[in-house]
Amino acid sequence: MNAADNAIELENVSVRYRAAKIHSFKAALVSGFAAHRKSEFRYGLRDVTLAIPHGEAVGIIGPNGAGKSTLLRVAAGIIPPSLGTALSRGTVAPVMELGTGFEAELSGRENIFFNGALLGCSRAYMRARADDIIAFSGIAASIDAPLRTYSTGMVARLAFAVATAIEADTILLDEILAVGDASFRRQCQARIERFVTNGATVVVVSHELDVVASLCSRVIWVEEARVVADGPAADVIARYRARTASGL
Amino acid sequence: MSTASSFGASHALVRRTVAGEPLRWTSELRDLRAHAGLLYELVHRDLTVRYKRSVLGFLWTMLHPLLLMLIFTVVFATMFRERAPHYETYFLSAYVAWNFFAQTTVNAMASVAWNGPLMKRVRVPQSIFTLSIAISGLVNVGLSLLVLFAIMLVVGAPLHATLWFLPISLLLVGLFTFGTALALTAASIFFGDVREMVQAGMPALLYLTPIIYPISIIPDRFRWLIKLNPLVYIVEIVRDPIYYGILPTPETLGVSIVISLGAVCIGWMIFRHMAPRFHAHL
Repeated sequence: MNAADNAIELENVSVRYRAAKIHSFKAALVSGFAAHRKSEFRYGLRDVTLAIPHGEAVGIIGPNGAGKSTLLRVAAGIIPPSLGTALSRGTVAPVMELGTGFEAELSGRENIFFNGALLGCSRAYMRARADDIIAFSGIAASIDAPLRTYSTGMVARLAFAVATAIEADTILLDEILAVGDASFRRQCQARIERFVTNGATVVVVSHELDVVASLCSRVIWVEEARVVADGPAADVIARYRARTASGL
Repeated sequence: MSTASSFGASHALVRRTVAGEPLRWTSELRDLRAHAGLLYELVHRDLTVRYKRSVLGFLWTMLHPLLLMLIFTVVFATMFRERAPHYETYFLSAYVAWNFFAQTTVNAMASVAWNGPLMKRVRVPQSIFTLSIAISGLVNVGLSLLVLFAIMLVVGAPLHATLWFLPISLLLVGLFTFGTALALTAASIFFGDVREMVQAGMPALLYLTPIIYPISIIPDRFRWLIKLNPLVYIVEIVRDPIYYGILPTPETLGVSIVISLGAVCIGWMIFRHMAPRFHAHL
């Protein structure tokens, strides 16, 4: 396969932090950086090499704190690798934790534009999609009220509607299938399926193995900052299920 | 790919991040231009949220210089009457520039702390929050200047033809402030106490700069010491065209240009080297 066909390439990527952090300038002056330099590294990701071709739907599974979100953030270019190289081709829209990048004092409508801009979309681009977004979120009646008057569910609906209205080459979804009621989740899933059929690259981090199995053709199992398994969805999920069952 | 066309970009957009590589100013500028829409939204949010949250919001920008003028004029006007007639204009013309510098540096540090969660979840140019604070600060300077001109008309202080020079002055003040803010925001991400230190140091800096008092009260043999403070020149290029009705001297202008560009270069160099490690501290 031609390397230019990959939407995401990670080459020997590690993300690491010093265990001892110096939080104040005063502490840095008093103790110097010696303690910091001597302290051990903590790894968020450890020597990960992988490639995701354009148009593939990939699920990332693993226990809490395994490094799934870190992997997604490096792929999106939000976190630079501490070692190695990360590369993305085409536009990338990260959809991380619904509701971040929303401003309580602004109205729902103003938040559509603010959030769109955070994802790199112009006002004109968002204006063309505003009606769809409002319709999908189902909160037309209160769209001009300040966001602080919204319920958590309403914010989540609006956030998902905005995030998925944007047509990027690659869409990264971090645990966003866990919010809302059953019917809203079905709606969300249908949207993600549409991205996949339209040929976008989709990377989903989720604990919901059934959802991952139905959406993705390939699954990457991450644990303790490393890739444990990477292959066809059914195989990897079966192995993961067997492991977690035996661990219980 | 059908989904790509309407987004305005294509697979030609390749973004590579190599470990340990500092930011490059050319790519940061390109990135900022691509996020011009976000810059607009951030400035818009800064201004509207401030003015929405309280009825007094907009009025406060106006009241703040008025109140200060009242206090300082009552306290110092008689003391400096000989050296600075129309003391209120003397004081406010420099204080507007000073206040922009002090507010922008402190607000930029607060903004990065405030937007930390955002910086961990979306990919935006790292310097965009600092830049947006500097731009909304300049908008507030514009409003404060309108208030100052109104005061000058009321008290009968002359409005000079040299006001045409003001945009150049503000550009230099803006560059100096932005550069300083870049360095301080980078430092404040790493060290939580930098913001408090700067906040505590600002009042001292106010009195070390000839804003409230005329520089002529400093004995000649100590004046070089005062002039080590770059803010002396930064407030002077704003005060000259407003209060004295003169264009800045070649010395004032030259030094201002050098320190403004110097501040941006040094600020950026500090920022670009620290930026790859920001995420660990946010």
